[in-house]
Amino acid sequence: MKAFSYERARTPAEAAAAAAEHEDAKFIAGGTNLLDLMKLEIETPAHLIDVNGLALDTIETTPEGGLKIGALVRNTDLAAHKRVRKDYALLTRALMAGASGQLRNKATTAGNLLQRTRCPYFYDTAQPCNKRSPGSGCAAIGGFSRQLGLVGVSDACIATHPSDMGVAMRALDAVVETVKPDGETRTIPVAEFHRLPGDTPHVENALEKGELITAMTLPAPVGGKHVYRKVRDRASYAFALISVGAVVQPDGTGRVAIGGVAPKPWRVEAAEADMKRGAKAVADGLFANARPTHHNEFKRTLAERTLGSVLTEARG
Amino acid sequence: MAGPRDWEISRRDLMVGAGAGAVLAATPKLAEAGASLASETRMPTLASVSFTVNGEGRRLEVDTRTTLLDALRERLQLTGTKKGCDHGQCGACTVIVDGHRINSCLTLAVMHEGSEVTTIEGLGQPENLHPMQAAFVKHDGFQCGYCTPGQICSAVAVLDEIKAGIPSHVTVELDGELLPTSDEIRERMSGNICRCGAYSNIVDAMAEVAGRRA
Ligand SMILES: Cc1cc2nc3c(=O)[nH]c(=O)nc-3n(C[C@H](O)[C@H](O)[C@H](O)COP(=O)(O)OP(=O)(O)OC[C@H]3O[C@@H](n4cnc5c(N)ncnc54)[C@H](O)[C@@H]3O)c2cc1C
Ligand code: SF4
Repeated sequence: MKAFSYERARTPAEAAAAAAEHEDAKFIAGGTNLLDLMKLEIETPAHLIDVNGLALDTIETTPEGGLKIGALVRNTDLAAHKRVRKDYALLTRALMAGASGQLRNKATTAGNLLQRTRCPYFYDTAQPCNKRSPGSGCAAIGGFSRQLGLVGVSDACIATHPSDMGVAMRALDAVVETVKPDGETRTIPVAEFHRLPGDTPHVENALEKGELITAMTLPAPVGGKHVYRKVRDRASYAFALISVGAVVQPDGTGRVAIGGVAPKPWRVEAAEADMKRGAKAVADGLFANARPTHHNEFKRTLAERTLGSVLTEARG
Repeated sequence: MAGPRDWEISRRDLMVGAGAGAVLAATPKLAEAGASLASETRMPTLASVSFTVNGEGRRLEVDTRTTLLDALRERLQLTGTKKGCDHGQCGACTVIVDGHRINSCLTLAVMHEGSEVTTIEGLGQPENLHPMQAAFVKHDGFQCGYCTPGQICSAVAVLDEIKAGIPSHVTVELDGELLPTSDEIRERMSGNICRCGAYSNIVDAMAEVAGRRA
């Protein structure tokens, strides 16, 4: 690990300002993704700003009847929250399908959304990787790409966004709230938060330098049956090959987001018009522009069949 | 008699002599990393942190890079907590901090100002075993024993999590009563890998403690 200086921020504005001041600063929340990557020297911040003392760890009801979830709320606490379990069960289910009990106790809402890809070549610093070192090439394209993405990918990068929570947040139309170093606040719909790789796969999201996530808000509950189904190589404690998060209404309409297939939680609103026609019709819309590799084309079929099973469960 | 300090020095000498040099020479990647380290040297930053470990207040001056795991093992000589993968994937380093189990390898010591840390040494001692430690012995919940401190810290916390009503991936009804069934125990313990495969005996040990408590 490269040496770094360290400070504990006291207010969100102070944290953002500190991040803008230092050349190579990073926020640290749970640390479960950042420290992993720092040990491998994939991330090499010269300064860490500990945001754990910012009192952004509460969940409050919004005037619209939704929820405002502090950026520092731990994944365990979010999943176990009474209102989340009752009105946003998809979020509880997605969170509980991710990582392990120990990790969820540390992992935060913002950190989870910002976790980086699990592409094995991104992790292997002996391999070319446009995301890790821009312009070096992509070892995954033409390599062992079973775990990688098939939609939203580019010639520069086919990595997936690995978050389970993000899939639920996308289906539930969550909004990210931030504060910038100059104190200005803004909101970013989660749909627009993650960037597609294009030819700059190292630019992963809409945040500006020093911009701090303060909360994520959920609109008022939409009702319906909430199902999260994660398919992976072992029954627990593994990243998704694919996952399906769905909210299905009694009349058969609903929403679907897919994990493990794209550089962001993958949702195509237009495809949801076909919910009543079944999984094939929806999957055709979700994967319209898919460009799978030989190793990962199975994900297209797996996602459609899993969606079929989820729809049957939701309507049953 | 050799104190823990002497032991640490002799082990380090041994590692340098027998292993580390050879590895560096044989692995170009590591050798390069060494070279880039020299060209882009950053001075280590020291910081002080105070926390409570097993009921005792401790104050340390650490390199900011020191993980909680390394602080416990290398600075406080609490070597019960084990280093397995050092990347949050195996659970051997599990300790209980402020009532929650965490991987001590993926958190920095300096991030724990004021925390209360409980390690395997704090749960119980050979002459005064914690019920979970006794149950692991009784049910043969281990073979080589390397993952065991992490398994036991996790196991104690898991039963508390079930009691607190925190759902899991296998919980069927999110608003129903939570019981320490073997399905629940297995899912919740998935963050602790056991290379010897003592899993079924670990589940038995936990079920016994859960039953005794219920
Ligand atoms: C073995 C293992 C298995 C895992 N399995 C899964 C899985 O199955 N599913 C899954 O979804 N996840 C999984 N994870 C990933 C885990 O969910 C993430 O590591 C965790 O959610 C990251 O949260 P954190 O708070 O620890 O983030 P940190 O590591 O603290 O931070 C991550 C990034 O977010 C930035 N950041 C943090 N907070 C803010 C903020 N408020 N504003 C702006 N930037 C911020 C940091 O600078 C850093 O770049 C796994 C992790 C491990 C180690
Ligand atoms: S897919 Fe993306 S992250 Fe993986 S090696 Fe290629 S550029 Fe890097």
